Amino acid sequence: MRRRLVKNLLGEPCSEALEPGTCAELETLGSEFRGALERRLGRSLAIREVDAGSCNGCELEIHALGNVFYDLERFGLRFVASPRHADVLLVTGPVTLNMREALERTYAATPAPKWVVAVGDCAAGCGVFEGSYACVGAVSRVVPVDLVIRGCPPTPLELLRGLLRLMS
Amino acid sequence: MLKALFGELPAIASHRGWPRVEVGSGTWREIGAALREGKLDLLAEWGDASAIHCALFEPATRGVQIASLDARSGSAPSLAMFHPPALRLERTIAELFGIDIVGLPDQRPWLDHGRWTVRAPLARAPASREPPAEYVFLRTEGAGLHQIPVGPVHAGIIEPGHFRFSASGETVVRLEERLGYTHKGIEKSLTGRTLEEAARIAARVSGDSTVAYSLAFARAVESALGLEPPARASWLRGVMAELERIANHLGDIGAICNDAAFAMLHAECGMLREQTLRCCARSFGHRLMMDRVVPGGVAADLGPQGEQAIQALLERLRREFPELIELYDNTASLQDRTVGTGVVKAALAATFAAPGYVGRASGRAFDARSVLRYPPYDSAPVEMVVREEGDVDARVWVRILEVKCSIAWLEKAIAAPPQGPVRLASPDAPGATVESTTLVEGFRGDILAYVRLDAGGRIARCHLRDPSWLLWPLLEAAIEGNIVADFPLCNKSFNCSYSGHDL
Repeated sequence: MRRRLVKNLLGEPCSEALEPGTCAELETLGSEFRGALERRLGRSLAIREVDAGSCNGCELEIHALGNVFYDLERFGLRFVASPRHADVLLVTGPVTLNMREALERTYAATPAPKWVVAVGDCAAGCGVFEGSYACVGAVSRVVPVDLVIRGCPPTPLELLRGLLRLMS
Repeated sequence: MLKALFGELPAIASHRGWPRVEVGSGTWREIGAALREGKLDLLAEWGDASAIHCALFEPATRGVQIASLDARSGSAPSLAMFHPPALRLERTIAELFGIDIVGLPDQRPWLDHGRWTVRAPLARAPASREPPAEYVFLRTEGAGLHQIPVGPVHAGIIEPGHFRFSASGETVVRLEERLGYTHKGIEKSLTGRTLEEAARIAARVSGDSTVAYSLAFARAVESALGLEPPARASWLRGVMAELERIANHLGDIGAICNDAAFAMLHAECGMLREQTLRCCARSFGHRLMMDRVVPGGVAADLGPQGEQAIQALLERLRREFPELIELYDNTASLQDRTVGTGVVKAALAATFAAPGYVGRASGRAFDARSVLRYPPYDSAPVEMVVREEGDVDARVWVRILEVKCSIAWLEKAIAAPPQGPVRLASPDAPGATVESTTLVEGFRGDILAYVRLDAGGRIARCHLRDPSWLLWPLLEAAIEGNIVADFPLCNKSFNCSYSGHDL
């Protein structure tokens, strides 16, 4: 373990080991984001993720935001365990009827000011589950939505880009 | 056993591949008895507008058999009476199809939380809704017991479900799961669809296993229509399936270590996972390879650039993964958490025909790729990994070794790519009802797909059984007697799908 730790400490940070293009884009995104964030909320934005019936594809990519390549926390964005601590609800899925109340209650438990971001084609409309007896459909039919990030699932970069749009 | 039970019965002509027979309620009960005695494994049990089907596997002969029981009378005898793993499956059949399962030991609804607009949505005539009865959790009694309700909205970035812990101090006395929150009505949505539409829905049953689901669906359709995809398509499917397996195993190995408070391995594995996903995007145009496997072949061929990307990934994994394994193996604080935690006994794993790494970590030597060999694994076999201990550590080891096996398989595959077309022309309508059942090994375990097409080639009925159906109940057993704080660790070592289960 010591060898690995030393290697990681002395080596270049992995968040720079992105392919050219991507890296530059990520960096610009980051600094723009920081500017917008500082104006609005100081230096931090707390995100609570709510799966309202997704296939878990969106969750995988939201998870990826935390890996060392995207390292969300360096931009002051972090995921929190409770809606009580959150500024943003990141909602995925075609809101199932079985999850509707849980989503409403999560929204009610989030202190204002708050924003809701609908992530993925299911949360944006209803995706391939359109017309089902068990789905409400778009997140906006249950709680007010400030931003929609489309994709099936959206890539981590698309998610970052989307969150930036929310702040500016 | 299969021969003794079904040898005399005529196989239904419209069902291709493994035989399907119609049985009476007497034979149905004999199936129950054979399951109870452990002579057969229950792979799946699902409903239909006028019947109940079950898929059986006989370990001794490696035979698979589908049996169907007429349920036009509106009732059918329960298999769960004999064989507990059928319990949640039958609760679901009862509520989705409005079939009365006689003798069902637990009459509570399962996926139906009383919130849908209809009752028995898949019955021939769905009924209107009456006010739902309150869901009563199982009782726990004893001095000093307390309950901890968790979910459906969890603390992490995970899917929704409810867990009711009854604990004595720190020790879990009973865990009762309540699932169904992500029920999207997938089986009803699939009915009446064209193959193209249905394939897109099947790919979204459980996003982490999208390749495996697409493959299960495509193989069932192809088998029903009597099609054989080109060799290069099967090869590409194998490449995608193994990349998906590697990506998921890497993510989960890291996440398990993270739940044991060892964040470093989480970061390292997360890095390899991300590189795997980027390789998938470069090779097949989508990080999760969604909608790439389609009935008749694949929708994306692999170019020279993609081959190079896969080769580079494999080299990187060969170089870096062993170092991480060494770290896992040599960190005492980590071993302290994983060894002996969350044990699934071999007998229980056998009873539940536990799919995937959970079964194989508890001595159940079943991997659909090796046992029921389907293309491309019929010509390029993959090694099966089995451990006996049944704890979190054994499940981690099975996954570690499976990553290695997948790397080895991919190295061989990439070295000798078959050439030729990757997709058949769109099939003609079959002109009569055709059906088939297949089993495909996803990263989590075997996925069963039953597909019946009508004369016009549309979906008449499609059932997709996620391995999680048989794994969730085992998680309840595994956590018993462990401390509450070890639940995330046990849960992650199972990593059951909520969406795949809830459908």
